[in-house]
Amino acid sequence: MRIGIPRESKSGETLVAATAITAAQLTALGYEVVVESGAGTLADQPDSAFEAAGIALGSARDAWSCDVIVKVNAPTPAEIATLRPSATVVSLMAPARSPELVEQLTAAGVTALAMDAVPRISRAQSLDVLSSMANVAGYRAVIEAAHAFGRQFTGQVTAAGKVPPARVFVVGAGVAGLAAIGAAGSMGAIVRAFDVRPEVAEQVESMGAQFVTVDMEQEVSSDGYAKEMTAEQEAATAAMYDEEVRAADIVITTALIPGRPAPVLVRADTVAGMRSGSVIVDMAAVNGGNCELTRADERVLSDNLVTILGYTDLASRLAAQTSQLYGTNVVNLFKLLTPDKDGQLTLDFDDVVQRGITVVHDGSLMWPPPPVQVSAAPVAAAPEEPVAPKPPPDPRRKTYAAALAAVTFLGLAAYAPAVFLNHFTVFALAVFVGYYVISNVAHALHTPLMSETNAISGIILVGGILQVGSTNPAIAILATVAVLVASINIFGGFLVTLRMLEMFRKD
Amino acid sequence: MSDFLTSDQLPGLVQGGYIIAAVLFIGALAGLSKHETAKRGNLAGMAGMGIALVATVLLAARQAELPDPLDHWRGLGSTLALIVVAMAIGAAIGAWRARTVEMTGMPELVAILHSFVGIAAVLVGINSFLDPEAPTTGSLGAIHEVEVFIGVFIGAVTFTGSIVANLKLSAKMKSTPLALPGRHLLNAGILVLSVALLVWFMNDHDNGIVPLLLMLALALLLGFHLVAAIGGGDMPVVVSMLNSYSGWAAAAAGFLLDNDLLIITGSLVGSSGAILSYIMCKAMNRSFISVIAGGFGSDGAVSGETRDYGEHREIQAAEAAELLAGASSVVITPGYGMAVAQAQYPVAELTAKLRARGIDVRFGIHPVAGRLPGHMNVLLAEAKVPYDIVLEMDEINDDLASVDVVLVIGANDTVNPAALDEPGSPIAGMPVLEVWKAHDVIVFKRSMATGYAGVQNPLFFKDNSRMLFGDAKERVEDIVRALSTT
Repeated sequence: MRIGIPRESKSGETLVAATAITAAQLTALGYEVVVESGAGTLADQPDSAFEAAGIALGSARDAWSCDVIVKVNAPTPAEIATLRPSATVVSLMAPARSPELVEQLTAAGVTALAMDAVPRISRAQSLDVLSSMANVAGYRAVIEAAHAFGRQFTGQVTAAGKVPPARVFVVGAGVAGLAAIGAAGSMGAIVRAFDVRPEVAEQVESMGAQFVTVDMEQEVSSDGYAKEMTAEQEAATAAMYDEEVRAADIVITTALIPGRPAPVLVRADTVAGMRSGSVIVDMAAVNGGNCELTRADERVLSDNLVTILGYTDLASRLAAQTSQLYGTNVVNLFKLLTPDKDGQLTLDFDDVVQRGITVVHDGSLMWPPPPVQVSAAPVAAAPEEPVAPKPPPDPRRKTYAAALAAVTFLGLAAYAPAVFLNHFTVFALAVFVGYYVISNVAHALHTPLMSETNAISGIILVGGILQVGSTNPAIAILATVAVLVASINIFGGFLVTLRMLEMFRKD
Repeated sequence: MSDFLTSDQLPGLVQGGYIIAAVLFIGALAGLSKHETAKRGNLAGMAGMGIALVATVLLAARQAELPDPLDHWRGLGSTLALIVVAMAIGAAIGAWRARTVEMTGMPELVAILHSFVGIAAVLVGINSFLDPEAPTTGSLGAIHEVEVFIGVFIGAVTFTGSIVANLKLSAKMKSTPLALPGRHLLNAGILVLSVALLVWFMNDHDNGIVPLLLMLALALLLGFHLVAAIGGGDMPVVVSMLNSYSGWAAAAAGFLLDNDLLIITGSLVGSSGAILSYIMCKAMNRSFISVIAGGFGSDGAVSGETRDYGEHREIQAAEAAELLAGASSVVITPGYGMAVAQAQYPVAELTAKLRARGIDVRFGIHPVAGRLPGHMNVLLAEAKVPYDIVLEMDEINDDLASVDVVLVIGANDTVNPAALDEPGSPIAGMPVLEVWKAHDVIVFKRSMATGYAGVQNPLFFKDNSRMLFGDAKERVEDIVRALSTT
């Protein structure tokens, strides 16, 4: 089959869906690849590079007439019209937010695979373009911020005075957020980060940033994406956002909720409280932005001279890099779709990955796919385990139980004779002494400890000794036997402990 | 002498002796938590016991010497004679057992010693009931009766439970769990019946001995059944639990006899045994409650699922020796099989030989390796392996990835990757020694049979695993010989 790589028609787009390297990899899978002349120029992939790799160049018509069209942005209505009826088109589609596009593709009777609908499961990571692009975008966001920021990121003490390090606050620790944390950190800034999913704190800390916490409960994400917070939780975090953003020099927000407008996290009055010269990079601008003042694709300067960058093309600003990553994701997709490496594209709908990306199949609507549970929470990943994980016990339960026990005991104690209570005091204290004395015993000494406690519990001998002198023959006999067996215990236990301890030695 | 025994100061003196003894016992347990202080701890325990015994004998002698209008007590001479004779016989037996016991036989000895405490508690409890001086009326009488009952009950459970544990450990009884239908109901039924008997016991002062003996029979049965329902592989926890029970039995006797020393000592032992069992249960990922309730080992039923793990590969002693000679770090993870084969001496010799060549040798001990907590440590210590190279699982697990060769000697379930990888496995969730992360693993085994839990071990089929079949002792000796010639 022939794969066509057309030039992107979207104005300002710099990306290309295949580089010379990835096009050659597609050829190795048995496909014939045709690249529209000039498609890769803006991504540092001149025609000569494709020619050198043995890839055919052609006109736009050549590329669009192929069996499979691979591109970056979704095809326009005009482009869809040029598709062959049985063609397959692979691109970013945002099917959840683009009903008209899905409709047009269905009407055209083609097969449409959305690169941005890859389920977030481990196996599919190699074709997850959103991760690839978010990674690049996160890096670029820091570069853009540094460019707009009138100061250095790294702290220094120079002959001309002290330079404080920049303070960067990253909201959302997804791929983009983590990439931004890494980039900002390596430039010398002090990085703090927040995410509504507390389980990512470890990842944040592994990138060298400090995880900002809010004292509230949050459920573990089950589909790999953050959920929109409830109003209550939002109220609880609002104060934290306000405080962190005001304290920061650079704020990078990445909070996106798939298929819904981005949550507004940074309010205008918070921006008004920031220092002049501070920079906000709103990576959620395409979905409305996390900052109230954000305007998509624009650079906004607030009244107090805070720069708010709403660029939506951050990944495209590193065209060569992003194209290479996108191209590799495409190659990995085709590896999956071409199991026999014979240049024949086959779709297997039993595979959740292939089913998940298929928006339209031969003119029939396949969107939305059945939900896929991914393994963000390890418990959910064990289908063989029939027992549902127990809900954590209410911490108050222990308190109630203890209180109940105490009240019961007080009731009993009120009627118990003093002698008994005296003994009970001794008993209760000894139980706790035993508990704490033993709690930190070395494992190697468990056996000697056991024979020692055994010998000590031979103290029951005391009982026997006191009863031996009874004139009641039954008592005397039983007591004598008790003394005898308890003595075995005492002498045997102590001696064997001694013997064992003699053996332990250090080199 | 007589004046001293009847003097008013003696009770205070005895009480003081008891307090010193109690402090010494606490010191003994505290001392035993570290290698450096362990011997001192044992001496403290012995001293405490000596003081307690002397004080008690004095007290018994005082009873004999005091005016005794009701003729409850014998004369001084016969009382002391009985005490001395009984103690001498007991001491002789105890010392003999302690000297002759094999270190591999430690678990059995400890188990049988527990049974002695149990039976002594039963006897003391019954005696206390028969004692004509005991209170019989009012709340003191009622409390005394409850104490008798509880003391006898715990003592009896400890007695038969320990005997069963001993029989299982010495292989005189089948170690497979006894699974009676409705066994939890049976246990609960015995408890309910015992409570009913207690009510009878407290309301019938003339024939109280009948319900007491009935309860004794039931409790003996309960002790037997509780432990019989637990598999031999889980004995470490059981032995430690019985240790705890024997302590509680002594504490109950203390309440009976108004003796604080017994209470202190008994509860020390009781709570320390309980916490030890708890630590072990955590190590095996088992619920503590199900251990106390008994029969928890039976949940580890063999999973019907048989998987194809592929082929295992064999290695011969000579090749193993070469592999070891070329290694720079070696970890040995022993299990019960090493104890059975008595392989600790050749293992120690191998360790010494490898260390002499500058190879870093360490031991990784799983918390439940063997049949008694710390069993492996005792065996290795017996064979003069220095304790500072014998590490716990948690200390060594992270290092295993950088180890060249791991020798698995007679361990199986404690090194089974299925515990981590296969959620359906009966041992799923149990922390294990992650030996498969090492570069090479040599498994000493008699055959390809499964371990105690009856689970196949995927470790044997891993690419970096080699099986060395045969008796562990002979195979290790072969390696030692091969190492001497190279």
